[in-house]
Amino acid sequence: MGLVPLAGLICRREWLLAVRSPAQVLNPLVFFVLVIAMFPLGISPAPEVLARIAGGVIWVAALLAVLLSLESLFREDRDEGVLEQLLVSPHPLPFVVLVKVLVYALLVGGPLVLMSPVLGLMLSLPPATYGTLVAALLLGMPTLFLLGSVGAALTVGLRRGGLLLVLLVLPLYVPVLVFATAAVDAAQLGMPVRGHLALLGALLALMLVVAPVAAAGALRVTSEE
Amino acid sequence: MELDDRPLLSGLGFCLRAGDLVQVCGANGSGKTTLMRALAGLVPLADGEVLWRGRRVQRQWSRFRAELLFIGHRLGLKTGLTAEENLRLVAGVKAPVVARDWRQCLLAVGLGAAARMPVWQLSAGQQRRVALAQLAVSPATLWLLDEPFTALDPQAVAWVEAQLQRHLLAGGVAVVTSHQPLSAHLGARQLELNVQDVD
Repeated sequence: MGLVPLAGLICRREWLLAVRSPAQVLNPLVFFVLVIAMFPLGISPAPEVLARIAGGVIWVAALLAVLLSLESLFREDRDEGVLEQLLVSPHPLPFVVLVKVLVYALLVGGPLVLMSPVLGLMLSLPPATYGTLVAALLLGMPTLFLLGSVGAALTVGLRRGGLLLVLLVLPLYVPVLVFATAAVDAAQLGMPVRGHLALLGALLALMLVVAPVAAAGALRVTSEE
Repeated sequence: MELDDRPLLSGLGFCLRAGDLVQVCGANGSGKTTLMRALAGLVPLADGEVLWRGRRVQRQWSRFRAELLFIGHRLGLKTGLTAEENLRLVAGVKAPVVARDWRQCLLAVGLGAAARMPVWQLSAGQQRRVALAQLAVSPATLWLLDEPFTALDPQAVAWVEAQLQRHLLAGGVAVVTSHQPLSAHLGARQLELNVQDVD
């Protein structure tokens, strides 16, 4: 089987599973919205205060929502033996991991990106910055999932790997957070955002190459028991 | 061979020729499953090697895996999908299978109406049947079946044995772990594993 039909099979499978049990997709989205809704309540409903912190709040909430969803990335596949079957299949494992992670990022991260302008409105973010916010999320979100897939692969064999996964992955998210919020800040101040977005793109390009190989290696090692 | 840095199996060696079937027997915990996982390349060997067509498997992973069908304890089925979708989308990923009528395959294994139910609604025996339905169409030369008869009724056991026989006659090889004796006409060789107590 060629790589393209293989990718097609994986996509259809993940799509069917997401349709059958939408909680996997909806939970992170609801979490994302609820966390952001806490800020006007907890800090201040004053538009100038909210607009100042909006970029950071949206991004931190997105980080946490992604982290929350990561544990289930490989967990079910492992428990059901599907992962084992992938390991003994003749296909290149990094490619399988790449497709799986990207589909997952689209299913889980896509709704977050679509929802972000609405949340920006709630946090009094100037409408002129929505474009930058969405662009930063589009470039940053797949990076978060790719980075996270390495952590998820390393902790998939542990019974309670959830917290360890967060501890492993969260520090690695710092560069994405810094450049993405800087982009939103720059847009608010009317400064050029291209540089920040370009750096986010560079991080994504790097992770597209490195993360699937690392995650595939981690999956092989963690399935050895 | 080691499990958690504890020696589990040693001094083990066997050779399979076309049409050979080996039945691995041994008490619970004697290392049957670990041996199967090692043969499939899921567990590294502490010492020794596995050869496939005369060459070490490490040097030809993709070729070896293309000729391998491994059905382990965990069946490799997505429980949220139906039996049919599992064969098409999950089992289809693993082996380079040409477009085939999977439904025919499920009928053969006695899952007509159940083929459209999600796998989690099926009984343990039916779930195993779904996984074993691959035997009917698998192009693999080497079958590694870990406890294939668990939870199966006599009819299904007979079906699996018939598939094994067809596979062996076609020149395939198979390693099966099982506590129950296989039909004599399969001509299985027994490989007895002993529990090693190292304290």
